[in-house]
Amino acid sequence: MPYHSVVCVKQVPDTANITAEAMREDGTVNRTALPAIFNPEDLSALEAALELRERYGGTVTVLTMGPPKAADILRDCLYRGADRAVMLTDRRAAASDTLATSYILSQAIRTIGETYGAFDFVFCGRQAIDGDTAQVGPQCAEKLQIPQITYMEELVRLTDRTVVVRRNVGNGWEIVETTLPALITVIDTANQPRPPAVRKVMLYKRARIQDEVVAQVRQQLPDASPEERQTEVERQLEVLRGRDLLIEQWNLDDIGADLDRCGLSGSPTKVYRVQSIVLTKSGYKEIPPTEAGVRELIQELVVDRTLG
Amino acid sequence: MIRVNREGEVWVFAEQEGGVLNEVALELCGKARELADELGVPAAAVLPGNNVSGLARRLIAQGVDRVYVTNHPRLAHFQTNSYAKVLVELIKKHEPQIVLFGATHLGRDLAPRVASQVRAGMTADCTDLQIRDVTDPKTKQVHEKLLLQIRPAFGGNIVATIVNYDWWPQMATVREGVMPLRDPDSSRTGEVLDEPVEITAADMPLKLVERHVEPRTVNLKGARVIVAGGGGMGNRENFRQIHDLAGAIGGAVGASRAAVDGGFIGKEHQIGQTGTTVRPALYIACGISGQVQHRAGMEESAKVIAINNDPEAPIFSVASYGILGDAAQVIPMLIKTLRERPVQTNS
Repeated sequence: MPYHSVVCVKQVPDTANITAEAMREDGTVNRTALPAIFNPEDLSALEAALELRERYGGTVTVLTMGPPKAADILRDCLYRGADRAVMLTDRRAAASDTLATSYILSQAIRTIGETYGAFDFVFCGRQAIDGDTAQVGPQCAEKLQIPQITYMEELVRLTDRTVVVRRNVGNGWEIVETTLPALITVIDTANQPRPPAVRKVMLYKRARIQDEVVAQVRQQLPDASPEERQTEVERQLEVLRGRDLLIEQWNLDDIGADLDRCGLSGSPTKVYRVQSIVLTKSGYKEIPPTEAGVRELIQELVVDRTLG
Repeated sequence: MIRVNREGEVWVFAEQEGGVLNEVALELCGKARELADELGVPAAAVLPGNNVSGLARRLIAQGVDRVYVTNHPRLAHFQTNSYAKVLVELIKKHEPQIVLFGATHLGRDLAPRVASQVRAGMTADCTDLQIRDVTDPKTKQVHEKLLLQIRPAFGGNIVATIVNYDWWPQMATVREGVMPLRDPDSSRTGEVLDEPVEITAADMPLKLVERHVEPRTVNLKGARVIVAGGGGMGNRENFRQIHDLAGAIGGAVGASRAAVDGGFIGKEHQIGQTGTTVRPALYIACGISGQVQHRAGMEESAKVIAINNDPEAPIFSVASYGILGDAAQVIPMLIKTLRERPVQTNS
């Protein structure tokens, strides 16, 4: 029997590979200068959903929340075999912490279910490398009122409405069983994510979200009137839709979100301050065991961009 | 979200498996004691399980005043929903101001679900916790005695301080082995309270088919910064400085075999040939001579600071920085300097 999956994916700054361009003079990391990548464990989540579809049939719908630029990873999902992509983008969602983010995502997942038919699985990567919190998966499951299975290493068995999963528990593993629908978070050892398929890259490289079309038209017709631009946007959207290349774009109203639970006002946790730490290599140096010496060491590590 | 009540207790989720308490729960009891004293409120532990009342005494000896015990046959094995139900019901009933969990696999599975259900803030994987008055940079309003939740983020490139401005309870998971494990004080007294919670089949959506676990180990492999102590720390008391420094810099706690053999810390923290092999970005070796067995476990570290009063100690051969001096005197200087670091304020 076919199974329908929703996969939550996130575009993240590549925190694992800090480039020289991303370093500020004071030794701190300019986070906005880091290259944006597909969160690694979300690729594992996507792969799990694709393998499931290959075996049992069904569909894979990917969902991301972020700025319009994050449409890059939705195209990437289409290249790798996703059937459908949904972009949730809204300035009012900015500054959402994990509680607000999981609320918004769960509303979007519900809307996906209402729009395209009920889902059986929600797959998420265990955690995103920018925050490493691993909270959004479990919190989405709670908001959707479905069971969660975290740290999946292997989908052992699937019979009718029952799924059996081997999950990592840190000091070992356990095999658990639950009924569908369920939310599963996937760790990077679960599988080997497939690369983009060349044929699909050729097919979907022109896929766009509406915001991208609007930005593109603004560039193409810098001197046109708003009405002319609007007409051109409509025309281009129609062309994309006709070729099945228009990626669904939703805002908070489209998913019936309660605005008090989104963005800053829906977020209990606030970042109060940030201290930068950057680590690099150097040779041997002796430091005297005095306050001045230790201060000099810390200072040197700061200048050296080891500490910020 | 619950009511902001200044009398709210400081809570620890007492993680246990098969009737054995996870060490991080014991570490957190000590930290909860410290935070509760600053707030002038009691510290308490929440202990769900089956026939686990006998563990309450140990939690009290580690520093809490009260233990809420929920025994139920359906709580014999952990699963997210049933344990979350216990926590949620008790949080709503007793309105604690702070709830701490160990950042174990179990804790990081359970805590976010609880937070979502209570609609509370949740900070993952903290390495330090402090109580401070905080001025909201936006509203300029002063919030008294908030919990500063300090954690590495952005792949370890920053240390972020998270606060909840009067949105309670304040919840966090805390990295294992970072808070010092205090010596149990069996003369401490406290209350053990039974808290029955109804657990139905509907609270048990998962069925455990098979389970295979090995004795627990501390997650040193994933740490970007490790502060390790050796026999040169002298005694268990002095070894606590290792925890303090790890907290200040956002790192994990490691140890040499001499420190483990000396009883300063558990074997799961041991680094070296017979312990864990690590390659963090920064390794601070305090009072570690650096026998070849130890060096084998850490010499791949990107950068090493060695603190030792023996100029011949082999640890200096793998160090990028050497401090010839008594670690017990140098560490407080490091902590002081680190805490003085200029910070960026996020608005």
